[in-house]
Amino acid sequence: MNLNAWTKNLFFIGLAVIGFATLTVFLMATDRVAAPESFAPSSKAQFAILNVAKTVDASFKQEWNQKDLGMQAAGRADDLTIARRLSLGLTGTVPSLQEIREFESQEPQDRIHWWVSHLLEDRRTSNHLAERFTRAFVGVDDGPFILYRRRRFVKWLGDQIHDNVRYDQIVRQLLTGEGLWTDSPSVNFYTVTIGDTEQPDPVRLAGRTSRALLGMRIDCLQCHDDFLGTINLGSADDPTGGMQTDFHSLAAFFAQTNVSLLGIKDGGDKEYQYQLLEADEESVISPKVPFNQELVDDNISSLQKQLAEWVVHPENRPFARATVNRVWAIMCGKPLVEPVDDIPLEGPFPQAMEVLADDLVNNNFDLQRLIRTIAETEAFQRDSRADFEITDQHVENWKVFPLIRLRPDQVAGAAIQSTSFTTIDATAHIITRLTQFGQQNDFVERYGDAGEDEFAARGETVTQRLLMLNGEMIDDRLTTPLNSPVRVSVLSPNTEQAIETVYLATLTRRPTAPELTHFKSQLDQLQGTERTKKILDIYWTLVNSIEFVWNH
Amino acid sequence: MNNHYENHACGSFEHFSRRSILRLAGLSGLSWLTPLATTLARDAESKQTTHAKSVIVLWLEGAPSQLETFDPHPGTEIAAGSKARKTNVDGILLGEGFEQTAEQMHSISLIRALTSKEGDHNRAIYNIKTGFRPDPTLVHPAIGSMICHQLNEEADAKVDIPRHVSILPGPSPGRGGYLGDAYDAFKIFDPQNPVPDVKARVEQHRQLKRLDDLRVIDNEFLRGRQNNRVVQGSLGNHNLDAALQMMSSEQIRAFDVSTVPKEARLQFGDTPFGRGCLAAVRLIETGVRCVEVTLDGWDTHANNHELQAGRIDILDPALASLIKELKKRDLLDSTIVVCGGEFGRTPWVNPVGGRDHWPHGFSIAIAGGGIQGGRVVGASSPNPKRDGNAEDRTKELQNSHPVEDVHATIYDALGIDYEQELDTPVGRPMQICKGKPITELF
Repeated sequence: MNLNAWTKNLFFIGLAVIGFATLTVFLMATDRVAAPESFAPSSKAQFAILNVAKTVDASFKQEWNQKDLGMQAAGRADDLTIARRLSLGLTGTVPSLQEIREFESQEPQDRIHWWVSHLLEDRRTSNHLAERFTRAFVGVDDGPFILYRRRRFVKWLGDQIHDNVRYDQIVRQLLTGEGLWTDSPSVNFYTVTIGDTEQPDPVRLAGRTSRALLGMRIDCLQCHDDFLGTINLGSADDPTGGMQTDFHSLAAFFAQTNVSLLGIKDGGDKEYQYQLLEADEESVISPKVPFNQELVDDNISSLQKQLAEWVVHPENRPFARATVNRVWAIMCGKPLVEPVDDIPLEGPFPQAMEVLADDLVNNNFDLQRLIRTIAETEAFQRDSRADFEITDQHVENWKVFPLIRLRPDQVAGAAIQSTSFTTIDATAHIITRLTQFGQQNDFVERYGDAGEDEFAARGETVTQRLLMLNGEMIDDRLTTPLNSPVRVSVLSPNTEQAIETVYLATLTRRPTAPELTHFKSQLDQLQGTERTKKILDIYWTLVNSIEFVWNH
Repeated sequence: MNNHYENHACGSFEHFSRRSILRLAGLSGLSWLTPLATTLARDAESKQTTHAKSVIVLWLEGAPSQLETFDPHPGTEIAAGSKARKTNVDGILLGEGFEQTAEQMHSISLIRALTSKEGDHNRAIYNIKTGFRPDPTLVHPAIGSMICHQLNEEADAKVDIPRHVSILPGPSPGRGGYLGDAYDAFKIFDPQNPVPDVKARVEQHRQLKRLDDLRVIDNEFLRGRQNNRVVQGSLGNHNLDAALQMMSSEQIRAFDVSTVPKEARLQFGDTPFGRGCLAAVRLIETGVRCVEVTLDGWDTHANNHELQAGRIDILDPALASLIKELKKRDLLDSTIVVCGGEFGRTPWVNPVGGRDHWPHGFSIAIAGGGIQGGRVVGASSPNPKRDGNAEDRTKELQNSHPVEDVHATIYDALGIDYEQELDTPVGRPMQICKGKPITELF
């Protein structure tokens, strides 16, 4: 072999070594996650948030005292567990390896603030939150053909949340939007209710407004007065029993909302008519809000606008409470008051809800500030484990973090993200995102969508278990060579590193000593393809574990 | 009397129920015969001591046209040219394409004046699958889920496969609703393909090792949470055992119609729906309580006659063969077969030859499980007024029934106390069904 050939061989070997080294560095360090612009640990805003979080925690403790519950509570969960909770709550998936490394490189006292800042700037968060709010605003059904564009509605809402538009302003747009469902996506709030009459349905709109925006279920008043004594209206200080007319007086605000070729429009002089339970015929029912009537601005002529201004009025507490309860539920998987859209007008309210509602109203209905505050509370950061017996009373009073089964979209999101080293976000390659989109939709369809009532307790089904054990998506994610399971096998410098990588990617934690020993003893004996298979098997095991499908 | 407004019965004495004998005694003025009639009726009833056990729903998603299927009005304006065919029961006509079903008419009854208050597909599907109108504060269970919840006997414990199955599911397969996801329908597609997700992806020794490892990991997680009383019962791997049991069970063969001789298979039609109906029989025989088989494509806003005919070509051999096969296997008496969609279609044809949504008088077919064949309950008007609200349109019907009456009929036939109240997870008492059984069917 001549010198030229040796040179070529050495060059090739050099290239191979460089390539391998590059891949190893990719595994070990990966690309840096961009520093979040809103990360400012010493800022006044952050101090204010921490103060509100402390007040929330103090209010919980005050309630424990008042209820004579004792002060026994779980300790703080570890940082990675809290990061996983935040990621599942805000993005619907688990942190990527890339994100975990960046998270752990932050100063311990700043990690949660850094992580929330990172997530709030991530488009995944606004998309995920938009879908959660959309389910409350318009539901999950397809709605009327042509006249309803749910995807546009979600996109519009996601843009508003990403730009941190005031929440009261978002709701104003929702209630007062006019135009076509394509050009003015907020009007899909109205068009989704178009039914047989070919016009928006005031009854359905009244129910939606009450539940989604005010956190009050008054739907049964549609047909009859409240005879169970469970619905009080009027005012918090002077509650009156719910009457059928209360519901229909609210519906009357939508009587003049109409649809034509030009889209949704508010106006005209149409009156709302309804045949009440004991009546012989239909009668005209005038618009009237079911409580806090003194907050209505009679100078506003448009019924839609009058209602919108009343709903978002800073003194209309049910609006602020409903917002706090829903955001808390999205982040924790469980609302402060259950069900999420049924908060009695006259209380009692958890004091934490009142503190957060005050802060929301006093800070321009800033959803991001609300999210940051909740994330900094001891209640959110508590461990789900405790060294005492955990009862309903501990969970109801947030003395431990609740164990909540993941929703189908979260299971799919976690399965997909955990098999990728890098974050599958808006900056990921288009093919990666398309693959993720298709796989997630197929998986959720088979697994069973949670529907509109996302925060109700759910059980697992045999179909779901079979899908996790033997489903195509899980198998595909595990065995595709470009995904992390196969690459872990090739690139991990040693067995411990390989096991740790798989644990971090799937369960966002490191293996316990017994777990490490268990798998190390198996892996140490293997080489080549057998080792790769075993690493795939560990991945499969962790994705199929109980821990993977629960938020803890 | 207009023939359209008659209720038909086959007239056989063996079909006399206690109710019909009592009604006969009352109507004929022979009230003095009441004690005798009661005795006769009790005797007749005692012969039918066993309740139905299971249900097959042939779900026609998109809403079939009653005028081209189970309620033709040949020669009238609303027929718009569509024809009818005689059946083996005098006076009962079916749409032109039901050649084979017409020969089974003596085993099938028709409910011809069903009403619903929902004219939107999603809402009407919810309505007819659950027996309740959509309620934004609650998800009601589908009928199959409720049946599985209510009928849980010794024999059910021996069934390794899910007892609620949806074949060729549309976007809204039966869900457990407030009963819990455990009562959701298990979904499969064309039965000529393998059942999804029941075969391990790796060889057996590797699978067993995976499962061993899984138990190690799960035990580690559960160990730290043994003192959590709140999730006791829900935090565990109960469904892992059920899934593994199903994966290794011989009963899974019930899904596989490829072992059925070709000739028998093709009688149901060489279509996914036909194969679904064949699989439904096998599943019921195995102990499954409710099977839903979906045939979609009925939403014919344009070109109604042609499109309906295409669907009927698929439905007819499958429905007729299903009835025959159940009889052959001695399962028809214990299995209720229901066939219909979420509502009907307008009596008038629109400018593009389509029929639009019509919840004001539509039809379903029902058979088996003690329901007598060859009967028609209710009738629609052959010349409905074009103008009018829902109330006016209901007045044009004779002996109309809301959709929840079909639910009550089925629950009653299964021996389920449909008036009992169940508590939802938030403690709200909910009656199983608010309808009333359609007594004329028994």
